[in-house]
Formats: sequence, structure tokens, C-alpha cells
Amino acid sequence: MVDQKHIRNFCIIAHIDHGKSTLADRLIEYTGLLTKREMTDQVLDNMDLERERGITIKAQSVRMDYVADDGEQYVLNLIDTPGHVDFTYEVSRALAGCEGALLVVDASQGIEAQTLANVYMALEHDLEIIPVINKIDLPAADPEKVKKEIEEVIGLDTSIAIMASAKTGIGMKEILEAVVNFVPPPEGDRRAPLRALIYDSYYDSYKGVITYFRIFEGTVRKGDRIRFMATGKEFIVDDLYVFRPGLTPVEELSAGEVGALAATIKEVKNVRVGDTITLAENPASEPLPGYRRATPMVFTGLYPVETNDYGRLRDALEKLQLNDASLSFEPETSEALGFGFRCGFLGLLHMDVIQERLEREFDLALITTAPNVVYRVNLTSGEQMTIENPANWPDPSKIESVEEPVVRASIITPTDYVGPLMELCQDRRGTFLNMEYLNEKRVNLHYRLPLSEIMYDFFDQLKTRSRGYASFDYEVTGYEPADMVKMDILVHGQPVDALSCIVHREKAQKLGRALVQKLRKLIPRHLFEVPIQAAVGNKILARENIAPLRKDVLAKCYGGDVTRKRKLLEKQKEGKKRMKAVGSVEIPQEAFMAVLSTDADED
Amino acid sequence: MPIGIYVHIPFCQRKCGYCDFNSHAGSDRAEQARYVDALLREMDLWAARPEVAGEQVSTVYVGGGTPTLLEGEQLARVLTGIRQRFALASDAEVTVEGNPGTVDVEGEKLHQAAAAGANRISLGVQARQRHLLERLGRIHDARQVEEAVAAARRAGFANINLDLMYGLPGQTPADFRETIDWALALGPTHISAYSLIIEEGTPFYHDYQSGRLRLPEEEAEERMFLEGKARLEAAGFEHYEVSNYARPGFRCRHNLLYWRNEHYLGLGCGAHSFLRLAAPLGNLGPPRPGLTASRVQGGSEVETTPGAPGQQYRFWNLKHPGTYRAALERGVLPVEAGEPIDRRHEMAETMFMGLRLLEGVSDARFSARFGLSVRAAYGAEVDRLERQGLVEWKDGALRLTPRGLRLGNLVWEAFV
Repeated sequence: MVDQKHIRNFCIIAHIDHGKSTLADRLIEYTGLLTKREMTDQVLDNMDLERERGITIKAQSVRMDYVADDGEQYVLNLIDTPGHVDFTYEVSRALAGCEGALLVVDASQGIEAQTLANVYMALEHDLEIIPVINKIDLPAADPEKVKKEIEEVIGLDTSIAIMASAKTGIGMKEILEAVVNFVPPPEGDRRAPLRALIYDSYYDSYKGVITYFRIFEGTVRKGDRIRFMATGKEFIVDDLYVFRPGLTPVEELSAGEVGALAATIKEVKNVRVGDTITLAENPASEPLPGYRRATPMVFTGLYPVETNDYGRLRDALEKLQLNDASLSFEPETSEALGFGFRCGFLGLLHMDVIQERLEREFDLALITTAPNVVYRVNLTSGEQMTIENPANWPDPSKIESVEEPVVRASIITPTDYVGPLMELCQDRRGTFLNMEYLNEKRVNLHYRLPLSEIMYDFFDQLKTRSRGYASFDYEVTGYEPADMVKMDILVHGQPVDALSCIVHREKAQKLGRALVQKLRKLIPRHLFEVPIQAAVGNKILARENIAPLRKDVLAKCYGGDVTRKRKLLEKQKEGKKRMKAVGSVEIPQEAFMAVLSTDADED
Repeated sequence: MPIGIYVHIPFCQRKCGYCDFNSHAGSDRAEQARYVDALLREMDLWAARPEVAGEQVSTVYVGGGTPTLLEGEQLARVLTGIRQRFALASDAEVTVEGNPGTVDVEGEKLHQAAAAGANRISLGVQARQRHLLERLGRIHDARQVEEAVAAARRAGFANINLDLMYGLPGQTPADFRETIDWALALGPTHISAYSLIIEEGTPFYHDYQSGRLRLPEEEAEERMFLEGKARLEAAGFEHYEVSNYARPGFRCRHNLLYWRNEHYLGLGCGAHSFLRLAAPLGNLGPPRPGLTASRVQGGSEVETTPGAPGQQYRFWNLKHPGTYRAALERGVLPVEAGEPIDRRHEMAETMFMGLRLLEGVSDARFSARFGLSVRAAYGAEVDRLERQGLVEWKDGALRLTPRGLRLGNLVWEAFV
């Protein structure tokens, strides 16, 4: 058992690319040098083993032993945090498990929006923050300017700021000393009923769900019967681990410590981030504060290209859900696309990741419908409906009002790009809130924006209009009334359900026009003329015609190369197979995602 | 069944902007001579094998590239080489392709080719108008075409094909009408009229992608096709294949062999062959020793057709003239790769090649070849294509309708 006085729990807050992983690696290496050689070997072995088994080491939590300048040996637990806006809640839970944080800022770049959001979150959790100015070896480094920015923007005292280069190893000892000296040791009664906060988990095919936690009070031992307070599920602890950095078995863990447990848990959904673990026989009366169920914000329809892959798609989604409780899916049927699933994601990145994993790891060819947010529709009857799928949009005559989710967005940008970025936010129905000067060259721009308006290509646009310099963060703040309508797309006179989308009334005309133009380019010519129309209710907003195909013929027969000719024909035929037949019209997969890029294509 | 022989001459004076054939500019006399040496070696190797040696050869086609870039003497070596090694039929059609810009006014080359047995010449004419020829990157003008035709006549060629193109950048229907009338006045027996296809990897493709090459509107291109067809037919030519017209009795027998999916041997770099291999050829070819009656495939015994003399293959030679020659200098056939043609492939190819011909695919011939009718093999596809108005039955053959003629790909792909 480690004396609490000798424990430090901390995390690293950094913008992507500002050097978080490299810094973590260097710290592990540095502390590893001070421990026994066989210990180092063991650490590496464990890592290799995990890699061989293909276990995703999701959170790189690490327990380091460090003998400080005061001659005492300390246990330093580094808790990793996910870096993206979709996982804000997960970040907040990880922060809640720490007493301190290293704020890593790139000496040549300065503070970014995501970093700032996480720093504020850390301050809310009363974390001691140690600024680390990283990459000071870069020619463009301007540590003094960055220090000033930290002081002015966040109001942190930078006198203890550490100049570091994770690449060259400068400043590692200073960082570790600062962690020992400035991060407070954990408190909490070891004899009190167990209260441990779950901050991460992953699925291991041998041991079931591995649960990562931080103990605030009490003690847990191997063989204990534990209870997850939110779900009420109980399990027997098979194994307890600390991170060295692989999972290393221990007999018990108590207040102030960080570790993991395996308890033959079959489903990740039993282990929710933010939930409190207690002991079944001597339960705590109250869970730790702050638990929240992850709610999907973005929904999309996922359909297999090959109809008979439906079962494989379901199996794949189930497998992914084992490891990702925030992924939700329900069967749905589309006239155009057949059987598929309506899937809910925390955000767009989350959606991308899942789609990519389905395609890569499970070798599935998918058609994705345009993503949409969750709307609240107040009916004239007084009822409120929650709409996750445009197909379920009620008849307009029954709609009293509609509410849509809105976010508070923070955009940090050099002042040069304020104009174009404000224009972008206005285009996206944004409401200007305020603008703070971080220094004379950089500002933090705050907007209230509908979530639906930042779903598509907002981030790309932001990067384009700021030449890559602006950074962006948001949090969903609630629902607000919005004049939304359902726009239908008719192909050859038939509405195609999978192409319907919910749009703002004032934007319907423009979007409808852009969308039919886009579809005209994407849908191949047929033997007959194919009209494409955008409509709201009975009103046609835009129409384009795809002229009938008049000519499609290989002119030349050359030198007897029949193989090449056959391959050309096969390729052409294969391309058509990947399309979905809606009535007598073949629609390519890209068409179902067309709505995503219509903005960029407008003339 | 008699076979055909194709000989590839990969040299051109200049590569045209639209061309994606296996042709190379900048060769010299010495390189050309070495290439012909290699061709003769390749003929020797084939003459020693059973596949071609015993067969009658009914057509020879020397294509390119630009065969007439070779000196007459070299052309004659190629033709004589074939005659000496293979059983050339007495009425064989022997075609030499040529570029009007490489045919000397005295007609020396053509005389030598004719003396060596060539009896058909195919000239790459493309268009009459200078600006179109320049845009295509052709090395000749209309006057040289007229001279080349005259020279061919003098050399004794009675069977002359002119290749024309339509749908060219900057070409109008009037330009094409003028080209057709002018070409007819030169008195050919055969005219090929190809619609320009922008092939990937060519300078034209690049220009087209970047918007620097504008093709005629669809309607204009269609007019060129229809007007061209009408003019040629009015002049007594029969439209017998998607892009080919001939006076009665002058259809290109060599190309007919491709369209009817018959066997041929391809000589020269990049040339393709379709033969039934009687002995192994590199890693291609039939029955490895001891595995004649049946062979193990995927863990189970698979019966091969009893008594089949060997598997049919399509295979092709190394594409680059240098590597092609190097293989022959080592004394091996320069085959790069190939694929076995099973019955399913053969049926598909018979359909999509045969449906290029306006006479279509004869059900009787198909049944005789495969033991089942076209309808039994492709009932659903044929029904759909008939409903779409792309094919029709006429005199016991399935053929393209006038609409299908413009939408051939949609028909052909149904069979692959």
C-alpha cells in the first residue's frame, strides 16, 4: 500500500500535435531509467504482449515510480484524456480523477480552442495546473509570448512554467519535480465505503470489460463483490491492476490510487464512464457527483451496399458497441436503401471513426445517409416528439413548433481571419456572442450556432478560411426554437426517403437548388430523361433534368485485346452494381451523402 | 478452323495526342532492323510448336504503330517470314497498315510489301482538314493521303481501307461530310469511321480534364455518325460493324475473326493471342505432366473435359520493344501473362464481340459452338435488352437495333 502523501494523480492537457504523446513517452522513459533494469524489461514485455493480442490501449494511463530530489519515492499516475470535442464528457471524468494537470502549449503556436476548453474544465475541477511550454527547440519558438498569452488569457501564474522539449528530453526532470511539489496528494478515507470513479473502459476478448477507475474513498480487493451504482449491476473482481504501463496485477487498491479491474463483464454498456463503483456488501450511500449518460447527438442511416450484408453489419455494430457504449443503433427500413440501421453518435468525428472501422475492420461496403441532429417537434396536440430520422417528420399541419440543438462555439483565430470566419458563422445561422482578445494578434470568437449547421463541412470551411490557423471547440448548450422543414427529393417523380433532410425554411430554396444540381452530376444518365426535384410539402423548390443517354459505345477494336475490353465492361457493370435502384433509376452511393457538400459547390 | 496472325510494329514517327496504343516515337533504322530480327525469332519459336504450325492461316494483319515506317525491305522480311514458316492460305487476306506521311511518293515500300504478298492496305487518314489533322498531331496532310492512295494503286493494291475519325475537337458535321465525300472519291473498298475516344493517360485526356480540349456537342457528334453512315451507304458501302463499312466482298476478314471470337496468334511486343495451348507456355498452358484426366483444385477433384486437347488461353506479349527483344534474344517466347478462357468467358466474349457486328450473333452458330442457344444462356439479359429496345432478333440472329448501335456498351456489359 502506498502512502497517499506519495501519490500524485495528473493528466496532460494539450492541443492535437502539441506533443502530448511524445511528452508522456519521455516521462515514462525518464522514470524508467531510475528504476531497476528488470522492471524496464517487464514494462516493455507487457506492452508487446498487448500489441500482439491486438488490445487497443485506449487510455494510456501510466503509473510511474519516481525518486524525487527530496529523496522520497513517489507514485505518479498519469491519466490520459481523449482529445476531441466529441468526448468532452469523457475528458471531464478523466479530469475529475486527477489533482493536477500539465498544460502543454506549443512554444511556436500558442493556445488553441480545444486546449482552452479543457483548461477551463480542469479549473472547474480545482486542478493544480502546471504550464509546460513545449517544443522550445523549434526555430519559431517564442516561449515568452506564449507565457504572456497563458497569463492573460487563462490568468495562470507562469512563474512555475517549465520550458521543455519532449523531442530532445529537455525539462523532463523539472516536470516530474513540479508534479511532486505542486500537485496536491489525494485525500480520502481508506476505511470508508468504496467510491471509485470510472473514467474509461475497453473490451478485452479474454477478460471481458477492463474498467479504469480512480478511488476516492475506501479500498477494493481481488475477490470483492462490486456494484456499479448507476446500473446497479454487480460483479466479482477477478483481477486488479495498475498501469506499468501494461496491466500489472495487484492485490488491492485504495483511496487516492488509480487502476483497473476485470470482473468478467460481458458488455461495455454495464460500465459507464462517470459511474461510481462501490462494494455490494458495504455500499456507499451516495455516488460521486457528475454522472451523465452519454447521449448521441448526431444520427445517420447506415445501409449495406449488398443487401445480404445486413446481418454482418448488425454483428459488426454489436461488436463495436462492446467497446463503445455511446454508439447506439436501431434497425430501420428505407424504401430506397432497404434494411439498415439508424445509428447515433456523440459527434461527427465519432461517426467518421465508426464508419471507417466498419468498412476497414469488417470489410463492409456502406451507404451512409446525410447525418442529422435530434429535433424536438411540438405538435398542435400538445405532445412533443423527438425526431432522429427525417422519415419520421410529422405532417406540417400537425406541427406547432420545432426546436433544434444549439452549441456555444469558441473559435480562436489570428485577427486577420476574423472577417471571413464571422461571415462563415453568419452563413450558418450563428448569433454573435462576444469576442475576446487573447493578445493583439489573436482573438477568441464566441458564437451560438445550431448544431446542424456545424455538422457538415463547418470545420473544413473554418480551416480553409483561416488558412488552417483557426481552432474550434463547442459545447451543446440546449434547444432553441427554429423554423425547420422537411425537404424531399424526388427522382423521376418518386420521393427518395433516404435523400430527405431537415433544413431551415429560409435555406430550403438555396439548398434545394444546390442539391438537385449536385444530384444531376452524380446520378448517371439513363435511357430516359430523369427529372430531379426538391420539394417542401407540395411546393417544388428546384428542378433539374438528367438528359437521356444517347451514346455509350467503345468505338475501336484494337489488336485483338479482348481481355482489356472485357475488363472495361466488367468495371462498368461493377460500378452499376454499387448503385441503388430506386424505381427504374440507379442512384450511386455518393448521392446519398450529396447534401454534405452542397454548400461548397454553390456558384 | 483457320487462324489469323497479327504482327505489331510499335514504331511511329510521332505519337498522336489521342493515341494509347503501344507505339513509340524516335526509333532508328538499326533499332527497327533488330526488332524485325526479333519478330523472325518469335516466328521460329511458334513454328516449332503445335498450336500454329498445323493450322491454316487465312489472314495476316501488320498493324501498329506505323508499319510503313519500316523500310520496304524490312516489311518484306516480316511478310516473307510468315509465308515461309506458316501455312498461309492461297487466298489469304494480308493487310499492312500505313501512315500516308510515311509512304514514299515512288511507292517503293508499297511495291516491296506487295511483292512479299500484301494485298490490302489500311491508311490512317482521320480527316481532310489541316487544322483537325494538326490538332490530332498527325504528320500528314490531305495531299499526302491522295498521293499515298495513288501510290498504293500503282503498287497493285486493289483493296484499300481508309481510317476516318469523327467527334474530333473543333470538327463540325460539315467537316466530316466533306471528309467522307473526299475519302469516297479516292475509291477505297473499305472505310473505318471511329468516334474519338479520350483514353486515360494520353495528352488528350490531360487536356480534356483540364478543359483545354473541347469536344463537339453530343448532337453534333450524333449527326456526324448518322450523316456519315447515310453517305457511305448511299455510296454502296455496307455498315457491317459499329465503326466499319465495306463494299460488298471487302469486309476485313482479319477483324471479322476477332469479332467472331476465333483464334489468332499475335506477334510482336504487346501483341495479344487467343489460342488453345497444346503444350505449356511459361506458367500458362495445359495439363502439367501427370494431371491430364483430372486435377486437384481447391482440395477437390475436378474433371476436365475428356479428350480436350488443351485449354484455351488469351495471352499477351511483353509490352516494351526492349524487353520483348531481350526475351527472344534469350530464346524464349516473350509472353508476359495470360488468362485461361473457360466456357463462361468464351460465351460472354462471343456475345459481346459478336454483337459489334450488325449481322449480330447467329443462334445456330452459337448453339453449334456451345451446345445451348443464346436464349438458354442469356434469357433474362436478352429479354431486358429487347424491352429496352437495344437488341432484336432478325433472321435467327440477335443483333443491335439502331438505338443499340449508339449504346453498345449497355448491351455488351450485360454478357460479362
